[in-house]
Amino acid sequence: MSEIAIRCENISKQYRLGSQEKYKALRDVIANAMSAPFRRRSAASEDIHIWALDDVSFEIKRGQVVGIIGHNGGGKSTLLKILSRITKPTRGHAAIDGRVGALLEVGTGFHAELTGRENIYLNGAILGMRKAEIDRKFDEIVAFAEVEKFIDTPVKRYSSGMYVRLAFGVAAHLETEVLLVDEILAVGDAQFQRKCFSKINEIGKHGRTILFVSHNMASVRSICEEAIVLDRGRLVAKGEVNEAVDRYLAQAGSDEDEVVETSNFTVTSVQIKSEHSPVIKTFDPVEVKVRFVPKAEVADAGLYVSILTTDLRRLTGLDFKDFATAPPLKAGEVCELGFAVESLPLLPGTYQLEVHLKDMARGLIETVPRAYQFEVAETQVYGGRKLDRWFGTVGLRAQAFNGERNGVKAKVCSN
Amino acid sequence: MRACQRFQRLKRSRVHNPGLCQPWAEISERLSAFKLEHDRKKRRVSEPAGQTGTIQIAPASAWPRIELRELWHYRELLYFLTWRDLKVHYKQTALGAAWAVIQPLFMMLVFSVFFGRLAGVPSDGIPYPLFTFCALLPWQVFANALGASSNSLVGNQNLITKVYFPRLVVPLAAVLGGLVDFAIAFVILLLMLFVYGIVPGWQIVTLPAFILLAIMTALAVGLWLSALNVQYRDVRYTINFLIQFWLFATPVAYPSSIVPPQWRVLYGLNPMVGVVEGFRWCLLAKRESPSALVLVSALVVSVLLVGGLFYFRRMEQQFADVV
Repeated sequence: MSEIAIRCENISKQYRLGSQEKYKALRDVIANAMSAPFRRRSAASEDIHIWALDDVSFEIKRGQVVGIIGHNGGGKSTLLKILSRITKPTRGHAAIDGRVGALLEVGTGFHAELTGRENIYLNGAILGMRKAEIDRKFDEIVAFAEVEKFIDTPVKRYSSGMYVRLAFGVAAHLETEVLLVDEILAVGDAQFQRKCFSKINEIGKHGRTILFVSHNMASVRSICEEAIVLDRGRLVAKGEVNEAVDRYLAQAGSDEDEVVETSNFTVTSVQIKSEHSPVIKTFDPVEVKVRFVPKAEVADAGLYVSILTTDLRRLTGLDFKDFATAPPLKAGEVCELGFAVESLPLLPGTYQLEVHLKDMARGLIETVPRAYQFEVAETQVYGGRKLDRWFGTVGLRAQAFNGERNGVKAKVCSN
Repeated sequence: MRACQRFQRLKRSRVHNPGLCQPWAEISERLSAFKLEHDRKKRRVSEPAGQTGTIQIAPASAWPRIELRELWHYRELLYFLTWRDLKVHYKQTALGAAWAVIQPLFMMLVFSVFFGRLAGVPSDGIPYPLFTFCALLPWQVFANALGASSNSLVGNQNLITKVYFPRLVVPLAAVLGGLVDFAIAFVILLLMLFVYGIVPGWQIVTLPAFILLAIMTALAVGLWLSALNVQYRDVRYTINFLIQFWLFATPVAYPSSIVPPQWRVLYGLNPMVGVVEGFRWCLLAKRESPSALVLVSALVVSVLLVGGLFYFRRMEQQFADVV
């Protein structure tokens, strides 16, 4: 066995838009064939081709845990699908040394009518485990999923939490040399997510090679040693995880704007920025900006922005009317409202902004959930060790003292 | 690399077959090598089913290999998928497995009344209900297997787009599931034979061959249709029609003896003719052997099957993108 676990050479994947989502009807094919002689070679140009992956080459050493990050449509999932042999590349070659396990989805092949026990065997077999292996791990899986009591109940009666735990439990006990993990850890509650992460961490420590796709930068930073950044099918960076993530965030900041339509407003951008942007650090002064266009005249505008954790716990919020009165807004005019926050008291982790736009005169409140996701970078918040997302959410500006108050002072560090 | 692996395999297979007249020393040496290999195999049981060694990923090729060895690696998945289909098939039904019997029984009833009684269709001197039921059993196996396998890839698209395994497992599992229904209905057939006082002759030992032929026919056509179905959903609508049409082209309700002799061979191009006539020959004793028909049927099936395998393997490379 060589040192290199995964080698990709010029992997490219082309999809034809249209026919890729819509299956063909034989009628159309016949109709096309009939009219073909009467057309010049325009048929080829009618189809729109996109390169989901474009000439991607890299090598991953045995035992490395590597994150794959990038925007939606960047090619992350396509890459995993090619490496797991679900689909073939259009061009290029790849070689993987050892057995490959792929978790592209939690609970692939689970059948609602079957019991937990039956689904463990079925799902295990689908993921490529032998029956003897499942027999051996069965108790471990059940214990991990915490479903001992319900193991002979059809999974359609399971709560969604139990279902996900069981599904991940099976997947987590897959023993292959190479493991490809798509963003499956975004499900489940915070405690379970934590369990999954520690499991993946544990797997990584056993010398197995892991490719890990995630949108959660904090978890990529904490689990992976290296990261690959994909942008529109191209590999734009590969290297040490923190550098790669910073690079990704830098490019992300510029074109993150996504237009959201509610029934009375068009929200064109929601942003949070610090002086270190794209990186935001604990206790940074930040600016939260919402740009929107009202579709009708708004007599008494209001804006409420709240900050949530990724598992949708509301941490805090700011209401515009507590600070000032907004002027009346005209229909079709671009408005920008926002807050300047002196110091952001959030510890490293991933957070979301939720925006509520209001017209108090009409009693109207419209919500843009998950309007913007941002990350507070993992740093030495209090000057000592780096704090990760499991430390909590709220940062305190504090000083430590010993005996007398003006004894040993802890330096408040805001990097 | 591949040649090297093949060589190793060759070496190993020699170890498996120690010659009879070898000197003792060599025999014991080979035995110990065999034991080593055996131990290694035992250990390998606990490893995942995927192939070991380096996995090569390359663009789609026009003539992919069939990779039956890889299919063998995934035999447990085949077992579990078949088992799942069976388990789920009769879940939340009041009558459960009785459905396996009800369908052919009612078909027999209808055929007996309309064709046997009213239309007076000949039945080669055999009581008409028995005559037709004997044909309905392999027919049901074939029709169910064909329907299930043709829709199998589309029905399992959540698996196909999320996990790798040899796709051949899917239509295979769909075909195998029908055998259990057959086994249940076969008990009824035995009862009927007993009631009519007919004792099958030695020919009954060849019955598995005809079941195999029915299954292979369904698989051969199912491979073509399931792969086509991924791309052209028209196939789904065609299947029911096709099966109905096929039923009339098969001597289920009538004996093949009403087909003029000069057309028999052409008639045998429908592999189900060979299967049905074979079944009657096996179970109802006193008829002349349908060997010519069966030979033609087997030939047709072989051609269809090999073609289907290649077509399937070729199309398989884009299933995940198209389905």
